[in-house]
Amino acid sequence: MPAEHQLMSADDMRRVVSRIAHQILERNQGAANLVLVGLQRRGVPLADRIAAAIAGFEGTAVPVGALDINLYRDDLTSHPQPLVRPTELPVSVDGRVVVLVDDVFYTGRTARAALNALMDLGRPEQVQLAVMVDRGHRELPIRADYVGKNVPTSLTQEIQVRVSEFDEKEEVVLVEHERKVLT
Amino acid sequence: MSEQPILIRGARLIDPLTGTDATGDLLLVDGRIAPLGKADGAPADARVIEAKGLVAAPGFIDLHTHLREPGYEDKESIATGAAAGARGGFTTLCSMPNTNPATDTGAVAAFIRAQAAAAGPVRVLPFGAVTRGRAGKELTDMEELARAGVVGFTDDGAPVATPGLMRSALAYASQLGLFVSDHCEDYALTRGLGIHDGWVADRLGLAGYPSAAEANIVARDIAAAEETGAHLHIAHISTAAAVALVRAAQERGLRVTAEATPHHLTLTEEWVLGTHGHSAPGDALEPGAYDTRAKVSPPLRSHADRAAVAQALADGVIAAVATDHAPHTFGDKAVPFDEASVGISVLETALGSMLGLVSAGALTLPALVQRLTAGPASVLGPAYKPYATLAAGTPADVVLFDPGEAWTVDAAAFASKGRNTPLDGDALTGRVKLTIAQGRVAYDGLTQTTPRSR
Amino acid sequence: MSTGAPTLPTGMPADALGHRRHILDLDDFTRTELAGVLTTAQSMRQVLSRDIKKVPSLRGKVVVTLFLEASTRTRVSFEQAGKMLSADVINISGSGSSAEKGESLLNTALTLQAMHADLLIIRSPHSGAPYFLARNLPRTGVVNAGDGRHAHPTQALLDLLTMRDHLGELAGRKIVIVGDVLHSRVARSDIHGLGLEEAQVVLSGPPTLLPPSWAALPAHVSVEPDLDAAVEGADVVMALRIQKERMEGGMLPSMREYSRRWGVTEQRMGRANPGALLMHPGPMNEGLEIASSLAHGARAQIEDQVTNGVAVRMAVLYQLLTGTTNGVNA
Repeated sequence: MPAEHQLMSADDMRRVVSRIAHQILERNQGAANLVLVGLQRRGVPLADRIAAAIAGFEGTAVPVGALDINLYRDDLTSHPQPLVRPTELPVSVDGRVVVLVDDVFYTGRTARAALNALMDLGRPEQVQLAVMVDRGHRELPIRADYVGKNVPTSLTQEIQVRVSEFDEKEEVVLVEHERKVLT
Repeated sequence: MSEQPILIRGARLIDPLTGTDATGDLLLVDGRIAPLGKADGAPADARVIEAKGLVAAPGFIDLHTHLREPGYEDKESIATGAAAGARGGFTTLCSMPNTNPATDTGAVAAFIRAQAAAAGPVRVLPFGAVTRGRAGKELTDMEELARAGVVGFTDDGAPVATPGLMRSALAYASQLGLFVSDHCEDYALTRGLGIHDGWVADRLGLAGYPSAAEANIVARDIAAAEETGAHLHIAHISTAAAVALVRAAQERGLRVTAEATPHHLTLTEEWVLGTHGHSAPGDALEPGAYDTRAKVSPPLRSHADRAAVAQALADGVIAAVATDHAPHTFGDKAVPFDEASVGISVLETALGSMLGLVSAGALTLPALVQRLTAGPASVLGPAYKPYATLAAGTPADVVLFDPGEAWTVDAAAFASKGRNTPLDGDALTGRVKLTIAQGRVAYDGLTQTTPRSR
Repeated sequence: MSTGAPTLPTGMPADALGHRRHILDLDDFTRTELAGVLTTAQSMRQVLSRDIKKVPSLRGKVVVTLFLEASTRTRVSFEQAGKMLSADVINISGSGSSAEKGESLLNTALTLQAMHADLLIIRSPHSGAPYFLARNLPRTGVVNAGDGRHAHPTQALLDLLTMRDHLGELAGRKIVIVGDVLHSRVARSDIHGLGLEEAQVVLSGPPTLLPPSWAALPAHVSVEPDLDAAVEGADVVMALRIQKERMEGGMLPSMREYSRRWGVTEQRMGRANPGALLMHPGPMNEGLEIASSLAHGARAQIEDQVTNGVAVRMAVLYQLLTGTTNGVNA
C-alpha cells in the first residue's frame, strides 16, 4: 500500500464547496443564467454539491449536467482505454454561463478536452472552471476560476478526491507512489 | 547395375507374410533380399548398419497417392512425391488418375511409369480412370490401360457417377483380373465439402458432409459387386456406417476390400477448429479455427466414426492403411474454408501417426506393419506379394524405422511440395531411418545426407 | 428510447474492458467486456443525437470496410460509426474490386495492411473468412460484419442493446428465436450474447433448419418445435427471415405450411408475456414468418435497431482502436 495522508476532511470539503458556491454567485451576480457541468466521473457529484449549496443560499435550482470527455482526449492511444460514460445536459448550453466542475486540476488537458466537448454541444456565453484541488504542473495555458485548495505536488504524488457516491469516505488525500502515475 | 550390398544387423525383423517377428540380420545384395542366416559372412564391401532397437520391415505400399503429375506439378511432381514417399518408408505408391490429362489412356499411364523410373527407385503403379476424363459419362479403354500396367480403376476425387457405370466398370475390371476402387460420396447429400456434418460444422456455420453420403454409395457399390462378382475396393473409408456395410459384405463372402487413411484413423472433426483436436463444444473459437489444413474429403469424422474405423483396421475388415496423400500449394489452402482445396499431405507423417495408434493400444505393431505391406498387396493381387515381404529372393524393398524416436512435424522441411498438414508442429513418435526400394537407397535418414528433392 | 442501463457485474472495475485486436464473434467476450461495450454504446447514442455528430476520438485512424456480399445497411452503419468518431473510412465492395479480378482475399488484405489500415471490417459469404484474415494479419485488426452463416457479432450487440432498452436486465428472460436458425449468423451470435446475459433461449422451427447438435450444447439453449409452446411466457420473440430457396432444396414444406406452423401471429404473440418484444433482423417476408398485422409494430423496433446499430459499431471501433494495450496501436 502506498503511503497517503489526508489533505482535507469531509468538513473541509463541505466548507470549500460552500465557498466556491458563494464565489460563483458573486462573480456571476446571481444564479440566473448558470449551468453546472460536472466532468465524469467525480466532477459530477461535486457539481451536485455546489448546486445544492447555491440552492441553499439563493433558493434557485441551478441545472446540473454531466460531461464525459474521453472521446476528446489527446492520449487515447497512449493511455489505458477509458470507459466512455454518459454526457447528459438537462438544458441547452447556448447563451448560458457554464461552470465546469472537476476534482483535480493538473496538466490542463482534461479541461482542454472538456472545452472541445462543450463546444460541440452548443455555444455557451462564457465557460468557467471550478476545481476541488489544483496540484500544479500545467502543460497548457489554462487556469481555474475557482479553486478549493492549492497543493504543490511532485510527479510521483497523486491527489485523490473521494466522494461518498463512489468511495468509502469523503476526503481528499495525497498518495505517495514509487514512480510517476498516469491519471 | 550393381549396388553396394547392405547388411542390417540386429534389427527387429517384422514380416507379416512369413509370420516373422524376431531380432535378426538382413542382407540385401543385387537388389534382392539374400537368404537369411546362411551368409554368415557378408560381402566385404557391404555397408553395415547396426540396427539395434530399430524395426526392419518390407517397404510400405500406399494404395492411394495423389502425385499430381501430369498437370498439377505446382502441387507435386512424381519425383517429389516419390521422395516424400521414401521419407515415409513407402517403396510402392499407387498413383491416382485425377491428373490433367486424367490417367485415362495407356499413354498417360506409360508416361507416369516412365517419370517414376527416371525419378528413382520408389515404384509408382498408376490407377487408371474408370471414365474418360473422369467425367462420369463413358468408360475408358480399360483393357488398354491394363496393358499399360494400371493396378486398378478409380475416378477418385469423385465417385463413379452412376450405378450403371459402376456395374459396367466392375464387370470389365473383373474380366481383366483387376478391381475398381471407389470414392464413395453421394453428391445429393454433400452440401458442403471437407467438414463432417456434426457439431463442429454446426458451430462454425459450415455445410457438412454427412456420414450417410458415404454409406449410400458404399451400399450401391456393394450391390453391384454382389451382382457382378467383381472385386470392389472402398477408398478412404471414414464412417462407422460404411464399415458396417463392408463388414457385412465380407461376411457374405463378397470380394469387397477397404482402406483407411492415417488421418481418419487418428483425427476427428474437432481438428477443423485449429486447436489440434483440443476443443470442447463450449469453447470460444480460436483465430486458428476453420483450419483449411484439416479440410479433407471425406472429412475428419466424429469420435465414434474414428473408433469404428480403427477397430475395423485392427480386426482386418480394413485391409490397408492408405495415405490419400493430397498435396496442395500454399495458395490452394490460404483462402476461406469454403474455397480451400481438400486434402492433406500425408506421406511423411503416416508412420508416426499410425504408431500413435499402436501406442494407444488400438492394434499391435506387427498388425500395423501388415496393414502397410501385405494388406495393401493383397488388395492389389497375388502378383504383388513379393513387394510385401522380407523373404529371400524377393525385391529388396525394405524400411528401417525407429519406433521410439520422438520428432516434431515441420511441414516446411517436407520433401513433398505439399506442406498442407494439420499436424505441422505436432510431436510424433516413430520415424523412418532408411528406405530401400528395389535394392537402392531411396531415403537415408541415418547419415542425413539425402538431398532435399525440390 | 428508455435507458435500461447495462450494469457491470459486481466486483468488476468498470473500466476493465478486455483489450483485443479483433471482434470475430461474441463467443470470446466476457460479461464485463459485453457490459462495457453496451455502456459505451449508450454514450455513443448520445453523440448520435447531437447537432454536431462528430467527436475526435479516432482522428488519424484508417478503417476499411471490405464487403464481399451486398449489404448497404451494415456497411453504411459502420461507415457512419467510423466517421462520427473522426476515423477515415475507405469502402471496398465486391463488385469492381480486386476480389473480382481473381486476386485472393489474402493478398487484398495484406495490401490493405501494408497501406497501414488500422482496422478491416469484413463481410463475406464464407463462414470463417474473418478468422482467416485475423490469423494472417499481424498488424491490422479485424471486425466481422457477417460471415456466411456463422456469425454477425455487431448485429447481436445491437439486438442486445435493443432488448435491454425495453426490458432492462436480461438475466432469466425468455427469448424465442424461430425459423431458419441453421443458416442464421444472427441467431448464432445472439445465442452467445444472450448466454453472457444469462437469458434463456428457446429455438423453434422446422427440424431441417435447427442445427441438430445445438440443443445439447449451451445450457441456456433449448429446442421447442411447437411454436405455441415456445412462445408461452416469452419476453422476446425473434422471427428469422425464411429464404425461399430453402423450399427448392427440400428443406421446407410449402410457405403455407411453414406460416401455419412457425409464422408469428397476433394470436401466438398473445401467449407471450405482456409487453413482449417482437424482433426481426430484416428484411421481413410479411405473411410468411411474420403476420402483416404484426410487421408494422416490429418495424418500429427496427428503427431503434438501426440507431443502436450505429451506436454499437461506434463502441466497437472505439474499443478496438483506442487504449495502450491494443496490438494495432502498440
